[in-house]
Amino acid sequence: MRDSLGVGFAVGLSGFAFGVTAASGGLSVAQACALSLLVFTGASQFALVGALAAGGNPVTAAAGAFFLGVRNCFYGLRLSTVLRPSARVRPLAAHWVIDETSVVALAQPTGALARLGFAVSGTTLFVCWNLTTLLGALGAGSIGDPEAWGLDAASPAVFLALLAPMLHSTAERATAVLAVLLALGCLPLLPAGVPVLVAALAAPVVLLCAGRRGRGSGGSVEETEVAR
Amino acid sequence: MTTWIAIGLTAAGCYLAKLLGLSVPPGALERPLVRRLAALLPVALLAALTALQTVDDGNGALVVDARLAGLAAAGVVLLLRAPFLLVVAAGVLVTAGCRAIGG
Repeated sequence: MRDSLGVGFAVGLSGFAFGVTAASGGLSVAQACALSLLVFTGASQFALVGALAAGGNPVTAAAGAFFLGVRNCFYGLRLSTVLRPSARVRPLAAHWVIDETSVVALAQPTGALARLGFAVSGTTLFVCWNLTTLLGALGAGSIGDPEAWGLDAASPAVFLALLAPMLHSTAERATAVLAVLLALGCLPLLPAGVPVLVAALAAPVVLLCAGRRGRGSGGSVEETEVAR
Repeated sequence: MTTWIAIGLTAAGCYLAKLLGLSVPPGALERPLVRRLAALLPVALLAALTALQTVDDGNGALVVDARLAGLAAAGVVLLLRAPFLLVVAAGVLVTAGCRAIGG
């Protein structure tokens, strides 16, 4: 319960930053709020707004945001075994399947507590995220130049904070380094939004190399993964 | 209008991804290779986005400015295992500070 509220507060600040980022990236207040209400997965929203602000075309921008949202599918796979939602609740619960609610729900010892944690963190986050997006989008005009406040650094800092806990093995670190090199190398060459999609190729490339090396030394990557 | 199209596509895509995860019978997508790819994909995307949004000047060129200092500060705070909120706050405050000084 306390965990849920703490996470909610932290997310509130990034919601505010998102509202300001969206408004200064050229989105209307209605568009910023629609994103928080309907997409409700922070990294995808920041990615979409960034790509649109950089002048990317809507389909490329949405593709980048979508690929980031695909991870929620895998949270859902794990959550469905813990939450066991009924067919009626499922379409509603699905909207709340995000990083934070999954972390809270999967950390609970029993199914009942997991359901409670999921519901409380989902409600808190949804309310905080949407209210602060509205405040940020409305306030963006009155705080003057968002760059003077350093708010253009909020979105990369959010990405870095989400990324850091994922970097626990060599494969993840190699993927991150390769993705950065691909993205920066492509930036001057390709239209806005496309470098991110090219960088996504780092994941299958590293997986392929790791698989090959794993077979060479006798054990497969899959086995090491299951063991961990 | 194009912005609304992008919003609609993203909302539909992200919702369907979430719903699919909750609806698929357990085990169907639990193949190790698929799971490994799913774990690495956000790593690649987040790393690329962090880098791009730190050095992209908005016109498809690389530029080093106060954002890099802000991100470095966020990184240091992350290494100290500070909560999410402080990491983002450090990034924002240091970037603003550098700009105020004249960076």
